[in-house]
Amino acid sequence: MPEKDIIKPVLELKNLSKKFVKPLDFAGKIAQKLGSNLRDEVVHAVDGVSLTVNKGEVVSLVGESGCGKSTLGRMVAGILPQTSGDIFYEGENVAGQSGEAARRTALKIQMIFQDPFASLNPRLRVRDIIGEAPKYHKLVTAAGLDEYLSDVMLRCGLDPEYKQRYPHQFSGGQRQRIGIARALAVQPDFIVCDEAVAALDVSIQAQVLNLFMQLREELDLTYLFISHDLGVVEHISDRIVIMYLGRIVESAKTEELFARPNHPYTQALLREIPRLETRHSDFTPIEGEIPSPLDPPNGCHFHPRCPFAIDRCRSEVPTLKEVTPGHHSACHLNESS
Amino acid sequence: MSVSSPTLQVENLQTQFFTKAGVATAVDDVSFTVNRGEILGLVGESGSGKTVTGFSILGLVDQPGKVTGGKILFKGDDLTKYSEDQYRSIRGSRISMVFQDPMMTLNPVLRVDTQMIEAIRAHEKISKADAFARARDALGQVGIPSPEERLRSYPHQFSGGMRQRVAFAIALLNKPDLIIADEPTTALDVTIQAQILFETQKLCRETGTSLVWITHDLTVVAGLADNICVMYAGKIVESGKIDNVLDNPKHPYTEGLIGSVPSRNKRGEPLTQIPGMTPSLLNLPTGCAFRMRCPYAAPVCETVPIISSCEDGRLVRCHRVEEARSHA
Repeated sequence: MPEKDIIKPVLELKNLSKKFVKPLDFAGKIAQKLGSNLRDEVVHAVDGVSLTVNKGEVVSLVGESGCGKSTLGRMVAGILPQTSGDIFYEGENVAGQSGEAARRTALKIQMIFQDPFASLNPRLRVRDIIGEAPKYHKLVTAAGLDEYLSDVMLRCGLDPEYKQRYPHQFSGGQRQRIGIARALAVQPDFIVCDEAVAALDVSIQAQVLNLFMQLREELDLTYLFISHDLGVVEHISDRIVIMYLGRIVESAKTEELFARPNHPYTQALLREIPRLETRHSDFTPIEGEIPSPLDPPNGCHFHPRCPFAIDRCRSEVPTLKEVTPGHHSACHLNESS
Repeated sequence: MSVSSPTLQVENLQTQFFTKAGVATAVDDVSFTVNRGEILGLVGESGSGKTVTGFSILGLVDQPGKVTGGKILFKGDDLTKYSEDQYRSIRGSRISMVFQDPMMTLNPVLRVDTQMIEAIRAHEKISKADAFARARDALGQVGIPSPEERLRSYPHQFSGGMRQRVAFAIALLNKPDLIIADEPTTALDVTIQAQILFETQKLCRETGTSLVWITHDLTVVAGLADNICVMYAGKIVESGKIDNVLDNPKHPYTEGLIGSVPSRNKRGEPLTQIPGMTPSLLNLPTGCAFRMRCPYAAPVCETVPIISSCEDGRLVRCHRVEEARSHA
């Protein structure tokens, strides 16, 4: 990988947060006026996340359901507005852009979704699903559209003959390819994959993963790859970022993370990856479940499940600190030992 | 039957669906044996017939499907000859099933205790208080904290992982001899999956319950099962001891599946992929169903391969076992 100071980061997130607020209903408001301590329900889905992604890198966001990884991906792709913090794309603050500049950034960051059944409009033909955006954004002339579509489809391993078909006439793996073709049709540089292979069969998953890697080579793409499957993530990413309840707990290069996991949560996660090589294993799970984000624990979010928790973990939020060069972890234990 | 007869012995099972578009043989010539306390992993991709196999054993195949051939010997009794009443008496007591989506299998308008007590009292004359106590113990057994209070909750008050534990607890209530688990951890997070695998493994070891674990995930089966059957297009293409099959696959499909799993040894390299996709059951190629995707296919594959057994007790359904192996 190229060093940070040579290549500028293509994407930079600074202290990015997303709150979802469920306001009190009428009865609740009255109760509040009468002195009850009812409050709006606030979920900190993403809580002060800072992250940089370099050009050409594959960065994976890993965590359990409810840890905010999809919300983060959606903010990056511009589908959800952030509550606070900034997103810099190629050095420019995305929130400050307008008009032509904003549109260009929006086109450069595309997203591929998890469910290939829900993410394609069932009433549009494949040619419209893939062709609508490039036509609108005048990336291609009306006369050249057909050839352009054939190109994109071939690149994604789809037969251009199928242009006139509807999504229901395709299998799950092919639909995911349509989703990829749709994203690629606007010539993006940065792709957010939200659990893009989670719904696919193993053999199809392998095909799609290979396609991702091949496209990365051919088109010089950068990926933010969101997944809960550490096996897949280990295979394709350069750097891994582990999230827990809206915060980043650890980030490191893939080899480094798997060789020397620092945070107790990462260690537990890695222990639990089912692998082909482990047979007749004795499973030793971590206790408990991810707590409700409505009512996260104080201090370090992981302390109720952490076997090494000390008093400090219950009161003080740990910050991300560099433990070895390029390896960041948010754990108090690194300082106390 | 003698005491030593296996818990479950399926012989040449065939299940067909008579649809308007034609007859689809979802399960074809499937045979396997599960002994007491053993865990069998039944692995295949969507549409390979693994779920229908599970349903056939429990007599749950609905119209237009029907078990059309073979035997299902459960402790020596042939279940295919059972009447609906006889089936009712063993379903949920001697054999129970855990499904993929616990939200679909639990009744959303009944409290968990109601559902559990009902399941016990359907099979046994027992007082409500005793049934309640047993339900509480079962919840404790699968690792649900404060089971006494949790019994009074509704299914929606549980998280996904907890709900699947409740489903397991219900399956365990009547101390069955056999549990059929159909993709029970597919929808769950890794940490929760590990917890459930841990509890399941403990139970099988402690109580001698046999388990058929149906899944598409080879890695889960690798850590859990004793034996493995790999299904493709309704047929078992390879079966044997888990170590033998995963370390040294003999069927090209098994080999392809193992190659498709991302692992640390293959980091950054392209995964071996199986070209094409699973054929439709209504439109299977003649001969070996896998030959269109198989790298070792030869003219001989246009005839139907029969199961042959290897020296390590493994069964493989392939004409080209020798050739495929010399390539590997």
